[in-house]
Amino acid sequence: MSEAGIKKFMRDVPLPFCPGCGDLTVMSSFLRAVQELGYNSLRKFVFCSGIGCAAWIPSPHFIADTIHTTHGRSIPVATGIQLVRPDLKVVVFGGDGDLTGIGLSHLIHAARRNVDLTVIMVNNMIYGMTGGQVAPTTPIKMKTTTTPYGNIEQPIDTTRLVVAAGASYAARWTTAQADKLREAMKKGLRTKGFAFVEAVSHCPTAFGRRVGLKTIVNILDWFKENSISLEYAEKMTEKDLEGKIIVGEFVHRELPTFTENIYALIKEAQKSAEKG
Amino acid sequence: MTVKKAKSGIEFWQGNEACAEGAITAGCRFFAGYPITPSSEIAEHLALRLPQVGGIAIQMEDELASLGAVIGASWAGAKAMTATSGPGFSLMQENIGYAFMTETPCVVVDVQRVGPATGQATKCGQGDVMQARWGTHGDYAAIVLSPNSVQEMFDMTVKAFNLAEEFRTPVILLADEIIAHMREKIVLPPLDKVKIVNRRKPEPDEKAFFGLEEVPPIPSFGEGFNITVTGSTHDEYGIRSTANPVVHRKLVERLVGKILKNTDEIVDHESYNIDKCKVGIISYGCTSRTVYETTELAEKEGIDAGFIRLKTVWPFPEKIVKKMTKSAEVIFVPEMNLRQIFYEVQRVVGDKVPIVAVNKIGGGEMTAPEELLAEIEKELR
Repeated sequence: MSEAGIKKFMRDVPLPFCPGCGDLTVMSSFLRAVQELGYNSLRKFVFCSGIGCAAWIPSPHFIADTIHTTHGRSIPVATGIQLVRPDLKVVVFGGDGDLTGIGLSHLIHAARRNVDLTVIMVNNMIYGMTGGQVAPTTPIKMKTTTTPYGNIEQPIDTTRLVVAAGASYAARWTTAQADKLREAMKKGLRTKGFAFVEAVSHCPTAFGRRVGLKTIVNILDWFKENSISLEYAEKMTEKDLEGKIIVGEFVHRELPTFTENIYALIKEAQKSAEKG
Repeated sequence: MTVKKAKSGIEFWQGNEACAEGAITAGCRFFAGYPITPSSEIAEHLALRLPQVGGIAIQMEDELASLGAVIGASWAGAKAMTATSGPGFSLMQENIGYAFMTETPCVVVDVQRVGPATGQATKCGQGDVMQARWGTHGDYAAIVLSPNSVQEMFDMTVKAFNLAEEFRTPVILLADEIIAHMREKIVLPPLDKVKIVNRRKPEPDEKAFFGLEEVPPIPSFGEGFNITVTGSTHDEYGIRSTANPVVHRKLVERLVGKILKNTDEIVDHESYNIDKCKVGIISYGCTSRTVYETTELAEKEGIDAGFIRLKTVWPFPEKIVKKMTKSAEVIFVPEMNLRQIFYEVQRVVGDKVPIVAVNKIGGGEMTAPEELLAEIEKELR
């Protein structure tokens, strides 16, 4: 697949990302996934995003309807769009700060309701845009601009949380496994109901240089060395899994969606209203 | 999809119920809300009624999500509304600013209760008047309507949708617990007699949805326009511009201007004897019902009284207030807060006429007609 192939999906405006940003990997993985699914344009899609670097992946770069919302509120906005226009494919892009910090409750509830959305979370384990502050995903002990003595908080396992909440599909891969990531995105896009793809992503600017991983290659190597497949992880102890990134497909199941349920309810209400 | 029509005829309704039915008549087909006293009946009624007319009513996890879903639904092409009260209205301020900045038509109902904080949840207050005007950060202009009867809960909900659609902006229906919870006779006009405004859609080849005109046309998602909506400063085409001063000035001055320049078209009021009155009273919402009786009592006492009732509190109807100062020798401003519209009246009137604030808060108690009359007599002595 050539870069030219995905260029047709993109507006001719300069990209805002730092050199070597993982968002570029996620962006091209997504557009290649769309291309491979046979879409020639994004006219059937609506892209929602909140605040943060990852929110700028679709907005305004994709030639599609895009809505760049308030911080953390992309999922509620996406829910409103999806319910009114169930024929459109509504995709949310967000960072870990946007989706697991300020917007966490919406992520859980959308998974619980099984809203027909594809949510792509770019997890760089840090607040990148604002200058490298600690995030709910930051590894323990890591020094950030707001944890100068090291992070004392346990990071959140978002993918498992979404599975527990009731999502139809959930997977996690790192940007070092771009092919797997792309396949997961394709699967997520084809899934009926709430699909969640976590892309653990390299941020050389705000993350890498603070943990001594100075180049993109260093970070990707670190991802590769620390990635453990879901199957393998099940045989490991909690202690052995400390600091590891568990990757794979966590769930893929058929469940009734929020949209299906609402439109069935409307039909029922109209029927009984006509009867008086 | 078959549609069970909005209602018409004579009913005996609660204010919140009238608001919900007004929304249906206006064409609202999406509601998202979060339970809060004293607005919950709006959500409950729409949960029952919206599906009957093919609409969607959902309960979200909080007020942030509620207005978020409303904004999404509006861009998907539906007329959409949420309803809340003080604490929830505080949570909605960020997305109200977002809806203003992105020119998203929508209606936010705030049924006021006693604040600040949790205050007194079941009791009436008028403490959100300034929040409705200035609650969101940054430069802003609000359209805020103030009903004083069950009939107006219906009529003004329709009007709120019409103004939201016409000006592409969030419109706030600033109700209060008394008006929302009381029951009155209401006359519902035949549907074909109700004025309904729908947003102006673009021509197929149009590309500028954020500013070549005072109120630009608005397409919906999924129509092939490739709309770029952003709460960041943006140019006429919706492309983000995070540092250019000219782009920001042009955008925000237009957003504020499209409301303030059209104040005469937007505002509405009720008035009595303002050309001749010596004693003027300015009020709004539930408090204005006291003023009707106060005026009668004053006239019986031989006091030449008149009043203005603000049906629109924002933009502030300056012209009519100025008009009152031509005859009035003193103006009373009763409110269920510790002076909010009072300062706005003072700004408009200046030193021309003395202004007397009459305020009462807590427990849902309002200034009774006799009390207001006593204040007037005290001042005239």
